[in-house]
Amino acid sequence: MDDFLAARLQMAFSLGFHIVFSCIGMVMPFFMCTAHYLWLKRKKAVYLDVTKAWSKGVAIFFATGAVSGTVLSFELGLLWPKFMEHAGPIFGMPFSLEGTAFFIEAIALGFYLYGWNRFHPWFHWFTGVIVGISGLLSGILVVAANAWMNSPAGFDFVNGQYLNIDPMKAMFNEAWFSQALHMCVAAFVSTGFAVAGVHALMILKGKNVNFHRKAFQIAAIFGTVAACLQPISGDISAKDVAKRQPAKLAAMEAHFHTEKGAGLIIGGIPDTATKTVKYALEIPKALSFMATGDFNAEVKGLDQFAKKDQPPVVVVHYAFQIMVGLGMAMLGLAVIYFIALIKKKGWAESKWMLKLFVIATPMGFLALEAGWTVTEVGRQPWIIYGVMRTADAVTPMPGIAYSFYLFTAVYISLAIIVSLLLFRQITMVDKLYDSSTDKKIQ
Amino acid sequence: MVYVVIIFLWTAILLYILLGGADFGAGIIELFTSRANRPRMRKKMYEAIGPVWEANHMWLIIVIVILFVGFPKIYTTVSIYLHIPLVCMLMGIIARGTAFVFRNYDAVKDDMQKVYTPIFVISSVVTPFFLGIIAASAVSGQIDLQAKDFLSAYVFSWLSWFSVTVGIFTVTICAYLANVFIIGEAENEQDRQLFTRKARRTIFVVMAAGGLVFLAAHSEGIPLLNWIFSDVPGIIALIMATISLVITFVLLNRNKPIILRLLAGFQVTMILFAATYSHFPDIILLKGGDNLSLLTHQGQFKTIETLGYALLIGSIFIIPALVYLIYSFQQKKGNTEAH
Repeated sequence: MDDFLAARLQMAFSLGFHIVFSCIGMVMPFFMCTAHYLWLKRKKAVYLDVTKAWSKGVAIFFATGAVSGTVLSFELGLLWPKFMEHAGPIFGMPFSLEGTAFFIEAIALGFYLYGWNRFHPWFHWFTGVIVGISGLLSGILVVAANAWMNSPAGFDFVNGQYLNIDPMKAMFNEAWFSQALHMCVAAFVSTGFAVAGVHALMILKGKNVNFHRKAFQIAAIFGTVAACLQPISGDISAKDVAKRQPAKLAAMEAHFHTEKGAGLIIGGIPDTATKTVKYALEIPKALSFMATGDFNAEVKGLDQFAKKDQPPVVVVHYAFQIMVGLGMAMLGLAVIYFIALIKKKGWAESKWMLKLFVIATPMGFLALEAGWTVTEVGRQPWIIYGVMRTADAVTPMPGIAYSFYLFTAVYISLAIIVSLLLFRQITMVDKLYDSSTDKKIQ
Repeated sequence: MVYVVIIFLWTAILLYILLGGADFGAGIIELFTSRANRPRMRKKMYEAIGPVWEANHMWLIIVIVILFVGFPKIYTTVSIYLHIPLVCMLMGIIARGTAFVFRNYDAVKDDMQKVYTPIFVISSVVTPFFLGIIAASAVSGQIDLQAKDFLSAYVFSWLSWFSVTVGIFTVTICAYLANVFIIGEAENEQDRQLFTRKARRTIFVVMAAGGLVFLAAHSEGIPLLNWIFSDVPGIIALIMATISLVITFVLLNRNKPIILRLLAGFQVTMILFAATYSHFPDIILLKGGDNLSLLTHQGQFKTIETLGYALLIGSIFIIPALVYLIYSFQQKKGNTEAH
């Protein structure tokens, strides 16, 4: 394996791993605080149990997210030193603010996890809310830094020199809002469906039904609300990408030829040799509308870009299709669940509804990984879009393949241990908590 | 503003050694505790570091962010030439950070604990060892930007007797900090005696390891004595550290945990001060004497300025919260089980 490929794979793996853990670590505190709020208001012991059970999940995911994030901050330099040498001072602002947000999150988590019966109940609850808010903020900030790679701003690139650096302009680059919005909503969708799915499975198994039902409701409502909002943020993102990174949009849609009134391609097998897409469903003029809001507008195809500036079409196209497809499936489920909540109460308790949620458990995270593939692979061959090529940024040190194997092995074993840990947390619910009734505690 | 940033950088390094070091030390002394005393030791340590555990880790992130934002050339030089020890340290950080949480949050306490505990203990030694190696390699002139072959560019840049002894010294410092810290956590006389005995032994180990550092420096032609004794502040720092070490030794028997902690912290601060003062503003000493300085290799004005403001504003939020966290858990001892 050559060093460049190894470095890219190691980065992809590290990011792919970190994203899952940090999303759960970012969103779970909100579920936990909701359950905690219901406990403080209604004084039903089951809500306290759900809160405590979830807080353990938060601790495990926070720790794993924190270490994998630390690894990433080193890997940026270990794998892409040439990139960091120039980019660090420009896009570092969100990272320095993220450091603060993350620090506050860690402190608040210390208060929350160890603060039971030590502080005023509402202060204690409030520290949990701070965990959630600061986690969300650090997510937004990190995505703003990534957005800069897609939409470099805040400097002048003159004869290979990076002059007139303005870190604030770099942070508020054109892509930060649409990317951060899309990402945060995605985190709520994926965590919501994953958590709801796990609890749905436990209800179907008939274990601690009262406990799991309460947990399921909270997670499912968060997930479904987010799933309904996601198409809006997706539309904002698509228009943004069309304007800023037409090559990425063209690769997402396997749109080989520039045309007016371009059709939207769904599915299909792109063939880069003949520049056609086989077996695809095409909605006339829809791509033009999606990208610009005008059915007859021209959409740039891949033919507008030199071969060496084109992202890998097949990977990006499939990843995009997977993301959208799964997003739509979750939206469908969300709509059904809403109808159940408002009109058809019987549906919400029914087995088929729970089964649908079990099926949807991994969907959000698969969509999330696919979405990141679109963002990152779609930017290639650039590490800083239009400014620096990824191949020029890689470390001169040879033998990165070994480092890739090492990190992959570590991440796989971590994933296995965390899964085991969660499995044990979930199966031990009936031993750890007594939530069979809705008893009240005064 | 660059001085503000440098002060933050130095303070973050110091706090990582002090607070992070104390909790690395928790794992190290677990390794050197007899099997019979281990559960007691572990419980005390967990109670002490549990609430601040995640926060301790953040200092390292602050150091890294300051380096890559403010001093990118320094960050990338270290990243390229010290790639291997950095990866080793990262492995330690991953293993430690996760094993600690796993062993305390596993719903079932069974044989898996036999997996988590060794991982936690071993990585508690590995991480500060490589941290010491990295620090030593940065200042010992081993990094050679002209090196052409793999070994001299990426291995001998950090592998030397001097680096290894500094690595060992760092490990002993962490054990020392943890030992002194835990004395204050003892709730009965028996525990206090046990921890005091251990602390006293660690002092000798630290001094022996420090001696080894000087020997290694001498054999490899690193003018360590010169660095420390060439400036008045360096000499003063060393004298103060020695005096306070003697005081610590005397006070170990008396029941003065807070004073002991402050003294131990003071000694480490003085050691770091003496080690960095004579080079300042150089931070990476290269082979051939072409050093990387914090002042000449700083980022552009606007970057340093915004970084400085970001750090100042950040500390307004962080410091009171952190102080209150530590204060409130010191005030109300006992029952530190996370629920």
